[in-house]
Amino acid sequence: MKVSMEWLHKLVDVNQTAEELAETLTRGGIEVESVENLNKGFEKVVIGEISSLTKHPNADRLWVCDVNVGQKNVTIVTGAQNLQAGDRIPVAMIGAVLPNDLAIRKSKLRGVVSEGMLCSREELLLDASVGLDRSEGGILVLAAEAPIGENFGKYLGREDSVLDLELYPNRPDCLAMVNVAREVASLTGKQPHLPKWADTAKGLDLPAAENLKIIIEEEELCRRYAGLVVENVHIAPSPEWMQRRLKAAGVRPISNIVDITNYCMLEMGQPLHAFDRDKITGNIHVRSAKAGEKIVTLDGVERSLQADTLLIADDRQALAVAGVMGGVDSEVTGDTKCLLIESAHFAGVSIRRTSRRLGLRSEASNRYEKGVNPYGCVATLGRVCELLLELGAGRPVAFLDELKTLPLQRQITLSVQHTSTVLGLELKDSDIRQVLENLNFKYEEMEGIFDVEIPTYRADLEIEEDLMEEVARLRGYDLIPTTLPQGDTTQGRRTPEQEFRRRLRKVLVQSGMDEVMTYTFTGAAKDAQWGSAQHSISLLNPLREELSVMRTSLVPGLLEVAAKNTARRNTEISIFEVGTTYWGDEKPLRELPREVLRVAGVAVGKSGRHWLNSQTQYDFFYVKGILEEIAREFGLKFDYRMSENRPRLHPGRSADVYLHNECIGFLGEIHPSEEKEWALERAVLFELDLGVLFKHMRPIVRAQSIPRFPAINRDLAVVVPIDTSAAAVMTKIHKLGGELLQNVELFDVYTGKSIPEGRKSLAFSLHYQSLERTLTDEEVNILNSRILEGIQQEFDAEWRK
Amino acid sequence: MERMVVLKKEILRIGEEALHELQQLNNSEALQELKVKVLGKKGSLTALLRQMGSLGPEERPMMGQVVNEMRSRLEKAWEERSAELEVIALEKRLAAERIDISLPGSRVASGHYHPLTQVVEEIEDIFLGMGFQIAEGPEIESDYYNFEALNLPKDHPAREMQDSFYITEEILLRTQTSPVQIRTMEKLHPHLPVKVIAPGTVYRNDDDATHSPMFHQVEGLMVDQGIRMSDLKGILLNFSRQMFGESREIRLRPSFFPFTEPSAEVDVSCMLCGGAGCRLCKGTGWIEILGSGMVHPKVLEMGGYNPKEVTGFAFGMGVERIAMLKFGIEDMRLLFDNDLRFLQQF
Repeated sequence: MKVSMEWLHKLVDVNQTAEELAETLTRGGIEVESVENLNKGFEKVVIGEISSLTKHPNADRLWVCDVNVGQKNVTIVTGAQNLQAGDRIPVAMIGAVLPNDLAIRKSKLRGVVSEGMLCSREELLLDASVGLDRSEGGILVLAAEAPIGENFGKYLGREDSVLDLELYPNRPDCLAMVNVAREVASLTGKQPHLPKWADTAKGLDLPAAENLKIIIEEEELCRRYAGLVVENVHIAPSPEWMQRRLKAAGVRPISNIVDITNYCMLEMGQPLHAFDRDKITGNIHVRSAKAGEKIVTLDGVERSLQADTLLIADDRQALAVAGVMGGVDSEVTGDTKCLLIESAHFAGVSIRRTSRRLGLRSEASNRYEKGVNPYGCVATLGRVCELLLELGAGRPVAFLDELKTLPLQRQITLSVQHTSTVLGLELKDSDIRQVLENLNFKYEEMEGIFDVEIPTYRADLEIEEDLMEEVARLRGYDLIPTTLPQGDTTQGRRTPEQEFRRRLRKVLVQSGMDEVMTYTFTGAAKDAQWGSAQHSISLLNPLREELSVMRTSLVPGLLEVAAKNTARRNTEISIFEVGTTYWGDEKPLRELPREVLRVAGVAVGKSGRHWLNSQTQYDFFYVKGILEEIAREFGLKFDYRMSENRPRLHPGRSADVYLHNECIGFLGEIHPSEEKEWALERAVLFELDLGVLFKHMRPIVRAQSIPRFPAINRDLAVVVPIDTSAAAVMTKIHKLGGELLQNVELFDVYTGKSIPEGRKSLAFSLHYQSLERTLTDEEVNILNSRILEGIQQEFDAEWRK
Repeated sequence: MERMVVLKKEILRIGEEALHELQQLNNSEALQELKVKVLGKKGSLTALLRQMGSLGPEERPMMGQVVNEMRSRLEKAWEERSAELEVIALEKRLAAERIDISLPGSRVASGHYHPLTQVVEEIEDIFLGMGFQIAEGPEIESDYYNFEALNLPKDHPAREMQDSFYITEEILLRTQTSPVQIRTMEKLHPHLPVKVIAPGTVYRNDDDATHSPMFHQVEGLMVDQGIRMSDLKGILLNFSRQMFGESREIRLRPSFFPFTEPSAEVDVSCMLCGGAGCRLCKGTGWIEILGSGMVHPKVLEMGGYNPKEVTGFAFGMGVERIAMLKFGIEDMRLLFDNDLRFLQQF
């Protein structure tokens, strides 16, 4: 809502500047988004009269003018050739910044000091409607009666500021100037001066119309339909003051009749529509459109209407789309002699649906959607009558008011005690009284209980708490003190699952991975590659195809991030995300879907070059190391099995990850045939389901004491066939070593010189330890030989001495 | 007697020679060798001592004294020289082991938390410290929890404040974390107090420089007997100071949310200029950080509580906004762009 300060001044006393008022309103809950100064660029432009002009002594084409600017005369040099003594012209004084951003400074032109600039239309961004004809191509010459010394913006009627209100949905009343004035009055403790019709709900003192009846067929969608018949219509432009206010409000002036309807709507908040009475056949029907019905609206577009569109029609045809836009057939034209002016109350829901469907939004539909006061219909017509007569635009002759049930007028009981308690602010009866007086609300009072009559324009006030807000905001929110809740102390702590997610992130970050956060929606095709098309959930109204399904895998998002970073020459990519995947078990969804938490990561490239450390290639084992770190953190052990069914992974370099015999995810190198699509070479990735992990995690560490007896370490190297699983050999060693063998580490894998083709050498470090005694070399030697024999038999292994 | 003079001369000669040679030596091994050569079992001085047998009994003590004097002179000299050489050797080692301390340190491969994770955890920690629990709810939510139970019936004009992503007519991506208010109350009632925050991902059908279709909120809810709006102010002041600095102030402005009444927008005094007015706060000295209010009686009822017996406050803040203010991030899109050069700053 754009509020002209000049207009507002007519409705309420304001002794604040536009900026100050903006602050008052904003602090009072009516947010002012901007303050526009309409006089911008004209602040230092005044009307001057050319007292004399003489040829410049040193230049043929220049004139030196002596200009009377009111209090004094100034000398100004100009190159324009259209001036003569006595002309009144706009003068930009020194310091002016014109609408075209030209800054005026004192200057010297060929030896003559110029104390300002005479302006052309172009420099002032004005059109030919301002000034005399001979202004064309030269300085703008104004009418002879233009007042010397007056600000040029004031002369043009631009000396005004406009507040742009950003209204919350609960305050549609402020889409009317009278209610903005009431609001300003409440917040500043002033009385509004409203037009005499603003508070009237009575009918007009006019006879009922002959031969015209209003028939409301859709009672739910139209509670009230009032009309005014106007004869002796004289179509002309509206007066300058009205045009100016309309323009300030962002409405284009058209003609006196249209302008009056718009002006009254802006002032009173009630949308109006004028029909050419002579083009109405029979009665007015407020009804729903018939299937296939068409109407050509005022913008010249033929529109096919759906069956639930609310229409204004006569006996023959549709005249207007109710509350949205009129039809061409009943449009007011220059020849119109007689009018029907509609002032009706339509249901916001219906208007919103229609305006959406037709893609038509207007000042009227906007107001209906947000809520219009049904009690204001007739009062607004009263104001229309006043202006019609004042402007000589027509003679109101008849009045109609078809009325269905209107909402009851509300009463709210407000307890001073309760209000004080809820706000935490000690209030006296007199404080409440003061607030209600400022609001101009009627009330009855008894021992701290106020029965408040709510005016019909404040439909947002429904319950006691709503009135508490009125009290708080009029008193000022700043008066509310800061306290802390009374009552028992509570303790806050994360749930085990929340703690688990935190620890998981911590392990990954400590392992050197960077956390990323991607959109949870993705493209259907991409998600199907790594997730489950069968379970994916589609949005009905996605922003675009690539963001149209809820992900069932985190992998596509991570691959995209990796690819984007690679393209930007960020090498060393090792990233992870802990995030939700979404699984629908039916289509369409009837129940809320499963939300499954997962962790996934992608590593590609190698660690950066460093003078001290060798570069690490991010490969299968890098990622496996990270998974082992996760397992260690939660006291778990993962099994890795060659993956069978993962076509997008390298078959020889990928594994399914198992926990307690349940597959919880995978890791592996991306299949070479996928590399092109993602523009990623040798990316290694993993994805794990977190539910199973959380279920089996070790809740707390049980500490073990440190052995008091010395340990014995032995190395053991064996040469085995090349496809032997190292894990299998380790498991066997553990089994053979019994409980004295505390730990086995694989410290070397070797193929090449001195190892026969088709075989590899595995070297293990065996750690023997007893908790009860010191071990002897002898018993360790026996164990070691037993282990060696055992693996020689099982794995076709040879001892590598 | 003559024999003694010869012997004495010989002792002095060997001794003086050894003392001289000792000064020339510059490693401890050679020093040890010389010591053995002179004072060892087969050493030259020892050999002379053996010849003392040829002297007369009255000469022997005199001779013994000469030898012992020379011996202790030599030993002292050895010790001194030996200590000198140790110092030299240490200095040599230190000189040899000198490094270029300007070389970069060894690589420690630690990763980075996403800035939004860091901010959410910081917010969580602040409220945990004030005794709030952390509640969660689904991101794919029913119309009932996302709107209706929050006093936003179908066709309510306020629904237009939020453009939603729909999955069916009745199921959508939640547009706010507020549905967790209802879910929490349903779960906890009639227990008091209800005191939770609910961080989470939310969605709105909006994508431009200042809006992301996916973003994050932290919701707060406290319900108990006698909860006042001043308590809301106290809790939020406490939060703002912990989050943005001890000297921050807050102010409340009237606002509108369907699920709170009275409602308030909360501004914090600008963390950049301290309230004097700057580019960040657009000259006002204040920065809007969250929306809040007293829980609407209808919402309490929907959650199973009797609004005649209890009151409550609720608030909701945008995590992205807090992160941008905290870290001085100018463009929200950077948070979801996932450029490692950006992420590795945090």
